[in-house]
Amino acid sequence: MSGREDILARVHRNRPAGDYALPLIPHFDIPGTEQGRLETFSRALEAMGGRFRRSSEMSSPLAWIRENIPNARIICSAVPEVPSDREWSAVRKPQDLADVDVAVVRAVLGVAESGSVLFTEAELKVNTLAYLAQHLVVLLDEGAIVPGLQDAYTHPVFRSARYAVFHTGPSATADIEGVLIHGAQGVRSLTVIADG
Amino acid sequence: MSLDPTITQPAPVLHPEVIGDRFEGAKDAEGRPLVHAEGTSKPIRARTPHEPQPRGARDRGNRPVDQIEAAERFIAATEHEKAHDERLWDMRLRRDKAAHALPEWEDMRALASQIKEHALANLDTYLGQFEAAAKANGVVVHWAADAAEHNRIVHQLLKDRGAKSLIKSKSMLTDECGFRAYMAGVGIEVIETDLGERIQQLDHEEPAHVIGPAIHKTREDVAEVFARTLGSDPTDTDIPHLASVQREATRPLILKADAGMTGCNFAVAETGTVVVCTNEGNADLSANTPPLHIASIGIEKIIPRFEHLAVFLRLLARNAIGTPMTQYTSHFRAPRAGAELHYVIVDNGRSERLGLKEFWTSLKCIRCGACMNTCPVYRRSGGLSYGATYSGPIGIILDPTLNRRKYSSLPFSSTLNGSCTNVCPVKINIHEQIFAWRKVMSEEHRLPFVKSEMMKVLGYVLARPALYRAALGAADEALRLLPHFVLANSLNTWTNKGRDMPEAPTQTFHGWWREHRGQTRKSP
Repeated sequence: MSGREDILARVHRNRPAGDYALPLIPHFDIPGTEQGRLETFSRALEAMGGRFRRSSEMSSPLAWIRENIPNARIICSAVPEVPSDREWSAVRKPQDLADVDVAVVRAVLGVAESGSVLFTEAELKVNTLAYLAQHLVVLLDEGAIVPGLQDAYTHPVFRSARYAVFHTGPSATADIEGVLIHGAQGVRSLTVIADG
Repeated sequence: MSLDPTITQPAPVLHPEVIGDRFEGAKDAEGRPLVHAEGTSKPIRARTPHEPQPRGARDRGNRPVDQIEAAERFIAATEHEKAHDERLWDMRLRRDKAAHALPEWEDMRALASQIKEHALANLDTYLGQFEAAAKANGVVVHWAADAAEHNRIVHQLLKDRGAKSLIKSKSMLTDECGFRAYMAGVGIEVIETDLGERIQQLDHEEPAHVIGPAIHKTREDVAEVFARTLGSDPTDTDIPHLASVQREATRPLILKADAGMTGCNFAVAETGTVVVCTNEGNADLSANTPPLHIASIGIEKIIPRFEHLAVFLRLLARNAIGTPMTQYTSHFRAPRAGAELHYVIVDNGRSERLGLKEFWTSLKCIRCGACMNTCPVYRRSGGLSYGATYSGPIGIILDPTLNRRKYSSLPFSSTLNGSCTNVCPVKINIHEQIFAWRKVMSEEHRLPFVKSEMMKVLGYVLARPALYRAALGAADEALRLLPHFVLANSLNTWTNKGRDMPEAPTQTFHGWWREHRGQTRKSP
């Protein structure tokens, strides 16, 4: 592959002269998270179109789903707390999840600053679960909420997972006249249920 | 009516005639309008009767793009122009609000700039590190010297696997490479999965804006495109309906696609990770559904470590659309079990740009689009008027490195008010580079053409001082930079090249304008 050597040689030859030192990155505190992160998290999540609930408000996550997403026929759960209508052993390829109405997944962590939740392939089991389903319900341990994005990126999954993704609210677009639509291509709603 | 529940004072309006009477988009549990993704903080609606969409710059082959001609057609389409101007200005205001909410904002910009400059000054080292890490993760890495090689590599990957269809997320790099046109020529179906990019693909147009590809179109335009290409009802211009038409039409194509493709917002050298930001989750669908994922990566996307990624991500969405994050931030480090992941690392003129003393820092760009949103020329002429993949202030300093002759006129499509530089999250001195490109064009004896372009730009922007004043009036930052504006518009620059910069004048723009308008008009 001579293309590689040519490109690297040109880059080396043309690199700007001078000392461009890599700066030290200070840690920036996220206001409001010293007292409690849950409030900051839920406010940020709701501003991004997500819903926030506490497990203490409901008899069970399944009961909440039945009540709030009444037309859901197929619930596909990747967590032990909620039974799955779809047997995971029967899922052979990513496309097999195309008919799922509600996906249930547990987040690795939450980010108070932005209302984001983090998943890897370990939580999703099959990555398309979080995109082909119509609705996404996320279980989040309150203790797993970090203040800011800087804190989130110290988590070891970024060095070990094949795939890691922050979801910050549901799939959204405003590509036509700035009118905001949820469910552009992925999930139409995202609900975080905080527990623990 | 409270337009945005989080804004205590109503956001300033440029064109009251395109402000709608109700929010049509998603609302929160209390029924208040939500403002995230590319959504507006006030309802903006071009009025009926339907005004045909003005098209972009005419194809003149390798001859200089006539941006002004296309801009004049855009301005003549008053409904389109006003809605466009209002919407981009709204994005700019949302950006300001998000930026001002972070006390460390200016520190972050400085850090982001320093990280990028360091990464670019040591790019060969970091590219090597990125490649080694990726290979260790099981990623296959390819190198493409130019657009043609990029397209050939991807084609070969698809051909070897018998792939006939490819779903992809939006990527400015693949647009730069003319990827869709190439694939159409070799019989591979490419399906864009971002709503705006899909609209543009179906309408055979380039993206008009780096984050809002169809931002220049009205709902009537989109309904017409979908009626023509997807068979929907042309009279149904309800936006949720139109979005749903696209979702339902695209989903089967996603499920049966043989391959998937994404671009790359950031490439993390230490882990070999590719990071992609979207609002729709379409990059995740494109990468995770088919058995093959190809990521196209410009060499300048490299950053050293994850701690640096946090700096850029905290800036990117805030600066682009005023939200703390995009809806999805996806990190691809290794292939899924049973699937393939390929990186195509693309140069296409970037390594040469790195060697241009005055212009290499343009490689710091993270494609947020803020310079477009704030630019009075861009907002009123539309991205397609530039006739190039990259438009607006950043476009007019990137494009000449791709084709010096074809894009020689673009550096003149600016008032040099400096607002682009002020909103740039990585502190690129955009307006100074625009000015430097003008000097290059004059030194390369493009002067007769250049001067005539200069006159057209001045005539077109400055003949509408009321609108220009309205646009600038809300931008304190731009007003503070008026000396640059005055300098830039001094025609003496070309007749007396050795001249130093004049002292910053104390007079206002309007004072300057009153003094100079006669001179401007009677000049050749």
